[in-house]
Amino acid sequence: MSTAATTETKPAPPPVDTIKIKVDGREIEVPKMMPDWQGNLQPTTMLQACQLAAKEVPHYCYHPKLPIAGNCRMCLVEFGLPAMGPDRKLLLNEDGTPKITKQVLPYEPQTPRGAIACATPISPGMEIYPSSPATKQMREGILESLLINHPLDCPICDQAGECKLQEYSVEHGQATSRFVEAKVHKPKAVDLGPRILLDDERCILCTRCIRFTKDIVGDDKLGVVNRGSYNSIAAFPGTTFDNNYTLNTVDICPVGALTSKDFRFQMRVWFLKESKSLCTSCGTGCNLTVGSREDKIYRFEPRENNAVNGPWMCDAGRLNYKWVGRADRLTEVLVQDVGQASRLSHSSEKSKTGATPVLRKTTWTAALSEITEKLKKVPAGSVAIVGSARQTNEELFLLGKLAKKLGALTDSVPREGEADKLLVSADRNPNSTGARLTGLCFTEMGIHLPKIADGIKAGKIKTLIVFGEDVTKHGFGPDLLGRLDTLIVSDILPNATTRLAHYLLPGCAHAEKRGTFVNVKGRLQKFIKAVEPKGDARPEWEFLHELVHHVTGHNGFVSIEGLFNQMAHEVPAFHGLEWAKIGDTGVTVQI
Amino acid sequence: MPQEHRLILKHADSPGYTNDLECYVRHGGYEALKKALATAPRELADGKKMSPQEVIRDEVLKSGLRGRGGAGFSAGLKWSFVDRKSGKPIYLICNADESEPGTFKDRQIIHKDPHQLIEGMIISCWANDVKLAYIYIRGEFPEGARILNRALKEARAKGFLGKNILGTGLDVEMHVHRGAGAYICGEETGLIESLEGKRPYPRIKPPYFPAVLGLYMCPTIVNNVETLCHVNHIVTMGSAEYAKLGTPNNTGTRIVSLSGQVKRPGYYEIEVGKVTLGELIHHENFGGGLRDGRQLKAIIPGGSSSKILKAGEVFKVNRKGPDGQMTKVDVALLDLPYDFDSLQAAGTMSGSSAIIVMDDSTDMVEALANLSEFYAHESCGQCTPCREGSLWMAKALHRLTHGHGRKQDADYLVGIAKNIQGRTICAFGEACAWPVLSFVAKFKSEFEAKGAADEARAKSSGSMHQRSSPIAGLHAGKI
Ligand SMILES: Cc1cc2nc3c(=O)[nH]c(=O)nc-3n(C[C@H](O)[C@H](O)[C@H](O)COP(=O)(O)O)c2cc1C
Ligand code: SF4
Ligand code: SF4
Ligand code: SF4
Ligand code: FES
Repeated sequence: MSTAATTETKPAPPPVDTIKIKVDGREIEVPKMMPDWQGNLQPTTMLQACQLAAKEVPHYCYHPKLPIAGNCRMCLVEFGLPAMGPDRKLLLNEDGTPKITKQVLPYEPQTPRGAIACATPISPGMEIYPSSPATKQMREGILESLLINHPLDCPICDQAGECKLQEYSVEHGQATSRFVEAKVHKPKAVDLGPRILLDDERCILCTRCIRFTKDIVGDDKLGVVNRGSYNSIAAFPGTTFDNNYTLNTVDICPVGALTSKDFRFQMRVWFLKESKSLCTSCGTGCNLTVGSREDKIYRFEPRENNAVNGPWMCDAGRLNYKWVGRADRLTEVLVQDVGQASRLSHSSEKSKTGATPVLRKTTWTAALSEITEKLKKVPAGSVAIVGSARQTNEELFLLGKLAKKLGALTDSVPREGEADKLLVSADRNPNSTGARLTGLCFTEMGIHLPKIADGIKAGKIKTLIVFGEDVTKHGFGPDLLGRLDTLIVSDILPNATTRLAHYLLPGCAHAEKRGTFVNVKGRLQKFIKAVEPKGDARPEWEFLHELVHHVTGHNGFVSIEGLFNQMAHEVPAFHGLEWAKIGDTGVTVQI
Repeated sequence: MPQEHRLILKHADSPGYTNDLECYVRHGGYEALKKALATAPRELADGKKMSPQEVIRDEVLKSGLRGRGGAGFSAGLKWSFVDRKSGKPIYLICNADESEPGTFKDRQIIHKDPHQLIEGMIISCWANDVKLAYIYIRGEFPEGARILNRALKEARAKGFLGKNILGTGLDVEMHVHRGAGAYICGEETGLIESLEGKRPYPRIKPPYFPAVLGLYMCPTIVNNVETLCHVNHIVTMGSAEYAKLGTPNNTGTRIVSLSGQVKRPGYYEIEVGKVTLGELIHHENFGGGLRDGRQLKAIIPGGSSSKILKAGEVFKVNRKGPDGQMTKVDVALLDLPYDFDSLQAAGTMSGSSAIIVMDDSTDMVEALANLSEFYAHESCGQCTPCREGSLWMAKALHRLTHGHGRKQDADYLVGIAKNIQGRTICAFGEACAWPVLSFVAKFKSEFEAKGAADEARAKSSGSMHQRSSPIAGLHAGKI
C-alpha cells in the first residue's frame, strides 16, 4: 500500500433502491431506506426526503441521533397519495399522470390531514407539500400552542439567538396570538443536577433531554411529571441529574429550558467567536467548538463527527477549559542566570536550597540561542527528552528530530482512568497514538522513564528536556533533577518541574495554537487556534522548529501546513496526507 | 315493541345469579370454550385446510362483530392484522379501563359476570395463539379488580385457565393489572405503555401499531370487555346465527349506558340498530321519557367524546330500498337507529354507546365547560396541540361561565379546537375537540349570548376588559 493514511474509506455504494416522490411539486428520487438514529437502514421518512429535496421541515422533537418521539407536531405536512381504484390499480388523470388524492380528515373531508414528517415513511408516488397553505396553517397552529404558555422572556434567556422557538416563530408563526387567558406558571431555575438548571416554563416538552439521557447515556433519571399542560421535566425524586453527559441536553434543548450553570448569563451567544477544536481530556478526541470572545474562552460545545463522538461530548471534557485563562499561566521566557547554583524559580518563593534564585526574564531569541549552543556541545547520549502525549503530532515529530540528532532517549507519560460505555476512553491523553506513531514513545508508554531516571542517577544523562509534564510526579524527584547540568522545560502552568527549570519556555494551550492529534482509534484530526496565547507564550511547534533548525541544521518550516506535510512525508503512518486535505472531521490512519 | 335483547347480560341481573364460577357453570358457562377447543379443521373448496383456530378467527370475522370500546372496528379484521410470522409472543389485552364519561357497561359484566369475560378471553387467546393475556382495569374499579382476580383463581383451580386447559394441552395465563386513574390509559397504546410500567403516553402510529409492535414490542390484540364477551356467543351460536342479531354491518347486541335527564337512566342491552334513539329515551322499556314538563334539548350519543346532536335535527342516512339500492333518506334525530353506521351518517358516533340526554334546563355553555375541564385534566400532555389546546379551551370556558365572557369566544373556541383535531398523536385530540366543535356549532347563540351579556355588564360597570381579571379556579392551580 502506498499510502497508509486514507480518508474515510468509501466502498463502492451498493445499488440503492429508490422511490420517486414529489416535494412541493418537484419530482425527486430518493433512497427507499435511510439510516435511522442508530445508523440502521429504515424506510426513508418524509422529513429525510424533504431534506434531500432541500425543503426545510421545521421540527422540535426530531433529532437525527435520537429515537423518534413525534410529540411536537411541528413537522406536520400536508400530503397526497396516488389514488387507487377498487381493483387496486392506479387511477390516472386525463393526461396519463397518476391521480393524487390529497389526504383529508376522514370525518371532515374538507380539511387536509397532515402527517408528521419525522415519523411517516414515504411511499412511491407520494406527494409532500411542505410549503402549502394547509401545511403553513398547521405550523402556525402548533407555534401558537407552544407560545401560549411560554414566558417569552427572550431578553434574559441564554438561548436567545440559538432558540428554535424564536427562530420558527419569526419564520412560521403569526404576528399575534389569540390567547387571552392566564398563562400556566411552572417552576423556574429548578436545580436538576450539579451542572444543569431547568426553566420549566420555557420547556416545550419535546423530550429530547429524556430520550438522550435514557437512550444514549442509558440513564433513566429524567422523566415527565404531572399531566397535560402542567407537564414538567423532572429528575427522579430523590436523585439528581448528574451523569457525565448532562450538558449535552443543554445543546439539544431547542429552547432555553435547560441551561448550563457554567455558561448561564455569561455571554450572549452571538458575540462568541467559534473555532473548531478538539477535546484534550481523553484519547477519544471529541470534536468541539470553542466559543470565545476577546481571547477569553466561554464555552466548549461538541462539534458533530460521526467517526468520533457523534454530536456529543462528556461534561468533564466540556468544562475542562478554565485553566486556559488561569492567572498563574506561564507567560515569560525565563532563564536561570549563568553561574547561579540555585534552581530557578519563576515565582518569588525561595528555592529548595534556600538561596534566593536569580531568575531573569529573557527573550525567545536569547533563550533559544543559549539552548542551541548548549545542545550543540553535549556529547551524544547525554540528553533525554520527556515529551507529553498531550502534545500535537507536529511537536512530537520535532522533538523526535531533536532526539535523533542528540541520540536522546525519549518517552512520554501515560495517563489512565476508567472508560465508560459511551465516549470516555481509559486513556486520558489526547494523543497517545500520535506519540507512538511519531516515535516519541514505544508501544508501552512510559517504559523508558525509569531508564532515563537511572541515566541521570548514574551521571550519564546530563541534560533533560521536558515538555508539558511534571516529571517530579513520575520518578524524577527534585534531588534527581538537581543532578542535571541543564533542565529545559516547556509548560503552560507552573508545577514542581517548572520551578526547577534552567530554561523555562512558556507554551500554549491547544486552544491557542494549531496542530493535529491521533485518537485512540486512529483518527487523525486537526484543530485551529481559538484565542491568542498569553504574554510571551508561543506555540510549541513554532519554537521547536526554530530549535530543531538551529541544532540540526535541517530546514525549518514556518507554517504548520508545511510542517505537517513534511511530517506526513517522514512518518509512515501519515504518508500521503496533506494538511489542507484533512477535513474538519479528520481522517483515519492505520495504527 | 322495542325491547332489550339480553345476550351478554342474560343472567347478570337474574335473581340469585352470582358472579362465582359455580353459578356461571350452572348456567352453561365454559361450554363455549369446550366447543371452541373441539372445533374441527375446515376443508376449503380449494383443498386447503383451515386450522381450528383459523376457523374461530374466521367465525369472528364473519359474525361482523365490531369493537365495543369506541371505534367500532371489526374485531375479526383486527385479529387478522396480527403479525403471526414475527416469532415473537402474541399478547391479548382486555381493555377494562372504562373511563369515557357516561359509560358504565363494562363494569356490569366485570361485577356480575366476570367468568363470561374470562371465557371469551381464553377462547380469543387460543384462537390467536396467545399464551399470556392481561386485563387492564381502571384504578377506580378496586372491587372489579378483586372480583376478576378471584374469578381467575377459580378458573385456574377448575382447569379452565393455566397449564393444560381442560386436558387439551393448551396453556393460557392471565393477569389483572390495575391502572392508576387516568382516562388516557384507555387509549390502547397508552394502555400498553402503562402496562409496561411507563407513563401512559400513547404511541405514534406508524410505526407502533399494536398488531405488530404492541406490548413489549410484540404483536398485541387490544379489545374491549364487551367485545371479548361476544366471542363466546359467536362460538356458541355460530357466526351466521349471531349475525342475524342486530342489523347488517351492525350485528349483535350492545349494552347502552343511558344517563342524563331521563326518568329511567341505566344500562340496556339492545340488538344493534333495532332500537332508535327516540325509543331509548322515551320508551317505557328504556329511558321512560324526560322528566315531567321538560323538552329534549340535546343528546350526546356515544360517550362524552362524540359530537352532540340537537333536538329536532334531521340527517341524511343511507337506506337500502326494497330494490336493494342504497338511497339517502331524511331521518329525524329520534328516529336514528342506534347503531354504528347511522350515528356516523349523522356526523357523530356511537363510541362507547353511552347516551347522555339533556333537557331544556341544561345550560350548554356550562355543560361544555364541565366536559372541557375533564379533558384538560386528562390530556396526557405528550403532544403540543392537545396539551396546550385542551387547557386553553377549558380556561376560555371557565372564563365564559364565570362572568368574563366575550361574544367572540364562540369562534375563539372553534379556532382552538380546529388546531387540535387531526393533529395529535392519539384520538384524544378529537375527543377533546369534538365536544367543543359540536356544542358551538349547534348552540352558538347560547355561547354568543353569554359572552355578549358579560361584555355589556363589563361595559356598564366601567370595568376594563376581562383579560387580566382575576378568575378563581382554573388557572390558579392545577385542575
Ligand atoms: C382517549 C381514548 C380513551 C379510550 N378509552 C377506552 C376505554 O376506556 N375502554 C375501551 O375499551 N376503549 C377505549 N378506547 C378505545 C381503545 O383505544 C381501543 O380502540 C379499544 O379498546 C379497542 O377495543 P375494541 O376494538 O374491542 O373496541 C379509548 C380511546 C381513546 C382515544
Ligand atoms: S427541557 Fe428542553 S429538551 Fe427537555 S423536553 Fe423541555 S424543551 Fe425539550
Ligand atoms: S469523552 Fe474524552 S474527548 Fe470526549 S469530551 Fe470527554 S474527555 Fe473529551
Ligand atoms: S392527543 Fe392528547 S392525550 Fe393523546 S398523546 Fe397527544 S397529548 Fe396525549
Ligand atoms: S418533529 Fe416533532 S413531531 Fe415531528
